[in-house]
Amino acid sequence: MSVLVNADSKIIVQGFTGGEGTFHAGQMIDYGTNVVGGVTPGKGGTTHLDKPVFNTVKEAVDNTNADVSIIFVPPPFAADAIMEAAESGIKVIVCITEGIPTEDMVQVKEYLRGTDSRLIGPNCPGIITPEGAKVGIMPGFIHEKGIVGIVSRSGTLTYEAVDQLTKVGLGQTTAIGIGGDPIIGTTTKDAVELFMNDPETKGIVMIGEIGGNMEADAAKWIKENGTKPVVGFIAGATAPKGRTMGHAGAIIGGKADTAEAKKQIMSDCGIYVVDLPADIGKKMAEVLK
Amino acid sequence: MNLHEYQGKSILKDFGVMVPDGIIANSPEAAYEAAKEIQGRTGSKKWAVKAQIHAGGRGKGGGVKIASTLKEVRKFADNILGMMLVTPQTKKEGKLVRKVLVEQNIYYPGPEEVEEYYMSILLNRDVGRNMVMYSPRGGMNIEEVAEETPEEIFTEIIDPTVGLTGFQARRIAFNLGLSGVAFKQMTKFVVSLYKAYVGSDSTLFEINPVIKAADGKVYAADSKVVIDNNALYRHKDIAEMRDLSEEDPTEVEASNFDLNFVKLDGNVACMVNGAGLAMATMDMIKMSGGNPANFLDVGGTADAKRVEEAFRIILRDKSVEAILVNIFGGIVRCDRVAQGIVDAYKNIGDIKVPIIVRLQGTNAEEGKKLIDDSGLKVHSAIQLEEAAKLVNTMVN
Repeated sequence: MSVLVNADSKIIVQGFTGGEGTFHAGQMIDYGTNVVGGVTPGKGGTTHLDKPVFNTVKEAVDNTNADVSIIFVPPPFAADAIMEAAESGIKVIVCITEGIPTEDMVQVKEYLRGTDSRLIGPNCPGIITPEGAKVGIMPGFIHEKGIVGIVSRSGTLTYEAVDQLTKVGLGQTTAIGIGGDPIIGTTTKDAVELFMNDPETKGIVMIGEIGGNMEADAAKWIKENGTKPVVGFIAGATAPKGRTMGHAGAIIGGKADTAEAKKQIMSDCGIYVVDLPADIGKKMAEVLK
Repeated sequence: MNLHEYQGKSILKDFGVMVPDGIIANSPEAAYEAAKEIQGRTGSKKWAVKAQIHAGGRGKGGGVKIASTLKEVRKFADNILGMMLVTPQTKKEGKLVRKVLVEQNIYYPGPEEVEEYYMSILLNRDVGRNMVMYSPRGGMNIEEVAEETPEEIFTEIIDPTVGLTGFQARRIAFNLGLSGVAFKQMTKFVVSLYKAYVGSDSTLFEINPVIKAADGKVYAADSKVVIDNNALYRHKDIAEMRDLSEEDPTEVEASNFDLNFVKLDGNVACMVNGAGLAMATMDMIKMSGGNPANFLDVGGTADAKRVEEAFRIILRDKSVEAILVNIFGGIVRCDRVAQGIVDAYKNIGDIKVPIIVRLQGTNAEEGKKLIDDSGLKVHSAIQLEEAAKLVNTMVN
């Protein structure tokens, strides 16, 4: 088992024929991911990377039974691409695009309410289930099939955790990059819940950063419902107040936004909080013993 | 992107939000003429002269004055223009004032008491919707109000499909204790304010205070407006309002090279790929006994040119005693980054500050070998702990 994506997932790529789409779809296919086609409006009927190209997501779904989509569409059109995927019945929508206007995402969030589509991202590295499917831009080779689920707001910090878990021999069930924007589809709590319900996942790594209440919400949920050990890390202890640190969502407004406040509430809720990202793998190995 | 008060107010006005009649001036003489013109239009017998800088608390630093005569307008403008205005939100040396906003006085006498309220519109991240946050305690720091009397802060969460509704606007006016003319004015005010917020793709509107004048009219007496950078492509007019003189010149330069850079006050600089890892690297510097001198995300394509630019920007800060490069190679190969570092080092020439390079991920060993064999004074590491220890040795 794993969560969200696996070897049976049928994946389409929106923005398939563009530079980013082409490169990363190629990498996904090389990893062994079941990419069944792509969408580029106006290029329907052609083939790209030996896969069929469709004009619309609806057409792609009708022809391939795709249930997962990954989006590499430029920011001005990305919100529309997400809604198109949802309207066509795609179950898991992974949006890699960085720089979508917040107001567009307010609309998207509203549009997705009442659909059974789950959005991952935007502004995220995607999802990977080792030996199953890579639906994202992460380096595949650092991953290894295993027993730890990872949820993270940051790309390279996720790779850091993955690498350590691989080296201590625990591996990963699935790693989910949920994205660094103020509005994202799947929250830390949502992802933790998925892992708690996945029988193969024995431990969970939760990587957060300054800004917002997602980690606190997840921590409170874990305290009430958690059945597996969770190792947590929060980036940004030295970040100044009021400045956006790279990710649009990484900004300290009030006291609850700080790394210190988040770490406190996480450890109060029984999460094993580490102060250095270098300790994530070791800590997980220790608590899973 | 932050706007000046006068720029924010021009957006508000375009959407029908009532703001005091005002004119921007960059000399005492222009301020004098502006006041005269405002008097002609409004009959105002007093004027506010307000320093325009990107920082709050301007009044506390002497950047806001009320003039009772035209001559006084000129005098105050003369005092304020060119001053280094220090407020609780500026650095200790303050900010140079280049412009003043001259405005009609809205604290004019009339049948009712003048009242001040607080109002802001911002994103509620928990629900993914915008909200109006408001309080009858205007003119105060809202964080203080939140601590002292949280029951005096109200919110209305807005459904994006219908916008701010009539009943919500009325509830706001009722909660602020309004009736009669002022009640109607306030409902109109808040509806227009929300339209302005969405219409300008803002991420923050803070109007503190909102004034109920003595005749029941409701004005935005101040404006703090932050625009969503990601939406500027569809607001060319607003994009042109960017005032580069208000920003850190190094950060502006970095942004021209697509480097995400934030200047800090420490002694150990860092260069990292990815925002989360960059923050974690700053934290690691602190735990190793140093202080981060910056946040710098070089992004997914850390090629030689960007690495070189990043080095040049970092090295301009004379308090930097060491540089930590932390790259997790994914799609970017570590040997490429290592070559970039070696090339940049040679191109820049005489770098006196020790450099620690930690490369992990794709081709990390090859990258380390390239650096170790380069003959440069660069310390290489693969594990994070090694890098942390090296930082510790450098700063102690």
